[in-house]
Amino acid sequence: MYNKKMEGQLPKTLFDKIWDAHVVQRKAGFPDLLYIDRHFIHEVTSPQAFDGLRKRGISVARPAQTTATADHNVPTQNQHLPIVDQLSRFQVDTLQKNCDEFGLELYALGHQKQGIVHVIGPELGLTQPGMTIVCGDSHTSTHGAFGTIAFGIGTSQVEQVLATQCLLQYKPKTMKIEINGKLSKGVVSKDIILYIISKISASGGTGYFVEYAGSAIRSLSMEARMTICNMSIEMGARGGMIAPDQVTFDYLQGREHAPKGEAWERALAYWKSLRSDADATYDKVITFEASDIEPMITYGTNPGMGIRISDQIPEVAVDSNLADMQKSLAYMGLQPQQSLLGQKIDYVFIGSCTNSRIEDLRQVADFVRGRKKADDVNVWIVPGSKQVEAQARAEGLDKVFAAAGFDLRQPGCSACLAMNEDKVPAGKYCVSTSNRNFEGRQGPGSRTFLASPLTAAAAAVTGRITDVRTLID
Amino acid sequence: MQFRTLISRCVPLPIENIDTDQIIPARFLKATTREGFGENLFRDWRYLTETTPNSDFVLNQDTYTGQVLVAGKNFGCGSSREHAAWALADYGFRVVISSFFADIFKSNALNNFILPIQVSETILQQLFQAIQADPTLTIEVDLPNQELRVADLQLQVAFEINLYKKECLLNGYDDIDYLLARQGEIEAYEATRMTF
Repeated sequence: MYNKKMEGQLPKTLFDKIWDAHVVQRKAGFPDLLYIDRHFIHEVTSPQAFDGLRKRGISVARPAQTTATADHNVPTQNQHLPIVDQLSRFQVDTLQKNCDEFGLELYALGHQKQGIVHVIGPELGLTQPGMTIVCGDSHTSTHGAFGTIAFGIGTSQVEQVLATQCLLQYKPKTMKIEINGKLSKGVVSKDIILYIISKISASGGTGYFVEYAGSAIRSLSMEARMTICNMSIEMGARGGMIAPDQVTFDYLQGREHAPKGEAWERALAYWKSLRSDADATYDKVITFEASDIEPMITYGTNPGMGIRISDQIPEVAVDSNLADMQKSLAYMGLQPQQSLLGQKIDYVFIGSCTNSRIEDLRQVADFVRGRKKADDVNVWIVPGSKQVEAQARAEGLDKVFAAAGFDLRQPGCSACLAMNEDKVPAGKYCVSTSNRNFEGRQGPGSRTFLASPLTAAAAAVTGRITDVRTLID
Repeated sequence: MQFRTLISRCVPLPIENIDTDQIIPARFLKATTREGFGENLFRDWRYLTETTPNSDFVLNQDTYTGQVLVAGKNFGCGSSREHAAWALADYGFRVVISSFFADIFKSNALNNFILPIQVSETILQQLFQAIQADPTLTIEVDLPNQELRVADLQLQVAFEINLYKKECLLNGYDDIDYLLARQGEIEAYEATRMTF
């Protein structure tokens, strides 16, 4: 039994096991010298790091452990043509030049496996249980769904990893969030994580690394688990993880970079040991019941400002103050005590590293098959990767979307952060499956309602915020 | 670059959960160098249109100036973009005081020799009130003694910083120098590392 304690050894959490296995050096008064197994980079947060290497005259220490993709800046239409925006084109070209110069593998624009960094890592089998994974992007926490310690870093740290494959890190505290029971009809993993954040606030996880557990989490597919871990940063946590199990192993087996043959067997034996000991202690434990969760929607300007779709906007959000609540609602053009049901919307965005995988697209297609979008709503579906896009087309989902009037585009981060042309105009409302409802996040003046792909699809069809449960059997 | 002490006036921004998208909106992240981000610091709060400054925003008011930003709790949440720290530094801020900082921002700030000082919510509110009452209020930041002093308020507050980062700031060291000096240990670790 992997759970059996060695004599004299303290029970450990999964987080502690992986962290401790990656400590190169521990010295009193210093942060741990932590080894990084896998490093992902993209065009926006890497150029200054490569400049740093050039200034120091050093190379990339372990080129095989860094993988690059262009995602944040790329257009989602006409990707075969040169990028129109000069600055975006220069940044994407700079990534190509840097990867060529330093010998790094790049999934460039046009590559048949290009896509959002947190979608392609798992898809290619680069993300594996027990690893430490970093990227200059806060949603690196996505990879935690495989039982990894994965977290976002700044550009100075990107340079450190390129130069040494290590980082200096203080060990965060641990938090367990348990969700027990069975999810109700119309409630999906996005609703779980929006519910958790609405309960503990946008800063409730700061200083912690979260492990998600409980029967509701165990019942989820890998893609659904990724959605949950993805948004760990939205409660301030460094990252979030889920212990690997048969669902994880089945997802990984046969993927391009997953171990093969005898190596697979060795890996599997190790991966099966990756779980928290039964009597391990956490710095904090929070428990929720799955049956309390409904389809969720945010109303404010941080992801902690969310409600169950049948609830009313509160006077003050958890751990917020009245002035900030008023500022937020004024930006959104909403009132306290108001229900969001029936609220007219202008845009629907289905995409981002949170919800752009094939299961998300299938869920949306199943719902809209035989339905049409509301006339005055623009609907963008942006797949997370070229492979997701190809799979959607192979399954005929593109035809379902076309018939419904949904605009299926090419992969990228798109309207999640609106670095490309995909911007929601000022004052307009967008129901979005992305992860942030900050002021101006989807374009200057844009107003975002975060929701699940199902809730977004329902809004697309009715043109209003709608309880999807009223439209499904 | 180094940081030891600073005597400065303060710029108050009593808003909570200021995310890095507000500090520097994503559309300004297209530069490939570290310079020039200060121009777009708090861009969408600072400007009403492309060219019209918002006179209600604190950075556009002559009343307030200084190298210390005092901001509401959970400052720097959201995106990991180090551009937020670059923008603050480029604009001229060397210290940010708040009652709570987001983790990644804190680390990015320290890596750019900006000192994040965490104080209690009570002290933070006291500072906001004092700055509002007297915009010329001067504070003294003393890193060697880890102390924040406001003579006018007869206030002396100790603040936390880990020893390693304190040494880095005082001496102008950065993590990469430290890491590059550990090549031997890293290689020894790699020899025992489990790979498949």
